[in-house]
Amino acid sequence: MATERNGVRIVDTFAEAFDMRAARVIITAATPAWARTAAQSMAGFATSVIGCKVEAGIEAELLPGETSDGRPGVSVLLFAFNAEGLASRLVDRVGQTVLTCPTTACFDGLPDASERVTVGGVLRHFGDRLQSSKFLDGRRFWRIPVMEGEFLVEEAFGVQDAIGGGNFLILGSDPGAVLAAAEAAVEAMRKVRGAILPFPGGIVRSGSKVGAKRYKNMVASTNEAYCPTVRGRVGVASALPDGVNSALEIVVDGLDRPAIERALGVGIKAACRPGVIEISAGNYGGRLGKHHFGLHELLQG
Amino acid sequence: MITLTLVEQPVVPLEAEVLCPDVMASLSHEAIRALPVCLGKRQRRLDDFFRVEGEASDELEIRGDAAKIKWIGRAMTRGRIVVNGNAGMHLGAYMRGGAIEVSGNASDWVGAEMSGGLIRVRGNVGGQTGAAYRGSVSGMRDGTILVGRDAGLEVGMRMKRGTIVVSGRARDFAGLQMKGGTIILGRGAELRTGAWMVRGTIISLHPIPLLPTFAYACAYLPAFVRLYARHLGTLGFTLPCDEVSGVYARYTGDAAVPGKGEILVWNPRGN
Repeated sequence: MATERNGVRIVDTFAEAFDMRAARVIITAATPAWARTAAQSMAGFATSVIGCKVEAGIEAELLPGETSDGRPGVSVLLFAFNAEGLASRLVDRVGQTVLTCPTTACFDGLPDASERVTVGGVLRHFGDRLQSSKFLDGRRFWRIPVMEGEFLVEEAFGVQDAIGGGNFLILGSDPGAVLAAAEAAVEAMRKVRGAILPFPGGIVRSGSKVGAKRYKNMVASTNEAYCPTVRGRVGVASALPDGVNSALEIVVDGLDRPAIERALGVGIKAACRPGVIEISAGNYGGRLGKHHFGLHELLQG
Repeated sequence: MITLTLVEQPVVPLEAEVLCPDVMASLSHEAIRALPVCLGKRQRRLDDFFRVEGEASDELEIRGDAAKIKWIGRAMTRGRIVVNGNAGMHLGAYMRGGAIEVSGNASDWVGAEMSGGLIRVRGNVGGQTGAAYRGSVSGMRDGTILVGRDAGLEVGMRMKRGTIVVSGRARDFAGLQMKGGTIILGRGAELRTGAWMVRGTIISLHPIPLLPTFAYACAYLPAFVRLYARHLGTLGFTLPCDEVSGVYARYTGDAAVPGKGEILVWNPRGN
């Protein structure tokens, strides 16, 4: 049974999410702008594990007092299906987007995590045996000589259990109103620590289903149930209510369940705006992941 | 808290490695009083020299001029020792954890071959602070030593890891045969700093005479210095790391070995 908020119908359904592994990378730089530049590069092309092998996004901007080296920084969260995959992606991305970026240094943001993957310990080879290390307070840091001076990167990064794929759908009559609601949701959700929105601008217009009905080799394909242009076609079971001409999805990955609950909760509340008809969520009947987030329960939080 | 007040000054150095939290943490008052100490070749009881108060604690306070008391905190792994006065040779040698605080001076071999923990001496220290014992391959392996004033010869000799901060001036051969770790010299050092160093970092906040086997590299602000500045700031030591205030001149060496060590000399803006 649906409930209403600001005239928007909230479907009695749940978002289905699955287990992932996560790392937190702290990038610092001489200025907030350079830290942000490196972080945006690192989080680029990391929307979905399906095509990018990793999901990443900026978690927060950090004040000098919050970072290891006392400079302004940005924390980036990265999610993958396992620690090995995450280690490879971290080496690739720190090596290509942070090491190369002026003034930056790179630190582990999960120092208490028991499982660790080697990152700086691999990247140090860029130093061609001219690198050196420092061991301080139980943590090893590599100093890699670069043309600007030195790149400082932590030897190992913590990896912890996490949850990926938390989501909700915004359905409305006017595409502009739906996009405005999604933007409002993203603005609210980005304030939540421990969670990221990996898609462009935090919004997905191409929600997918597992596999495909007509192409056997596809891992994922368009979720036609929410595509307004194919409503009414033979073989398409549309889930769109009457009057809906556009739908957008917001996907959230989090370090733990409370972070995702907080993000979804504030996002759904912010999305209940004029022009929005219904808020729903993507799920696969509980077959995809063990983490279920009931929309009605999220609104009560 | 166990309080030990020195009531009889030994005529020769007293070997008292029992002055250690690991030894006393589970002992009764009577058992602590009966702990053995060595005065020369003679074995004596601890209460022959100290008035003991308290029992079964990993916090010790030593009162009085303990300049002739050797091996305080030897190989300790936990707890805290406060020395209200001076401390003798080998303070915190082989230490692995915990903290030692000395309000006065300490003699030679402070933190020799230690591998963890914190030693803070408010006054001067003797030679071989954090060093390797003669014939030993490596000195200090981890941990932190803070010296409030000056240090003697061979600070950090053959040290491998860890941090030594001398707020004052060090004598000759600071960082001799250093293999790693960091030595910070607040007011510089005398001669032959970093001789035969293989790896590691010596930071001097004051101009120092350099061996000709150290080559100038560049002037910059190393990123890792910010980490040390933050870490040492929590311990009350200020390490400059602001580009507006100055930069470090980097010298690499010792080419006589040849080594991959470095000496960073602080150069304030305007100099």
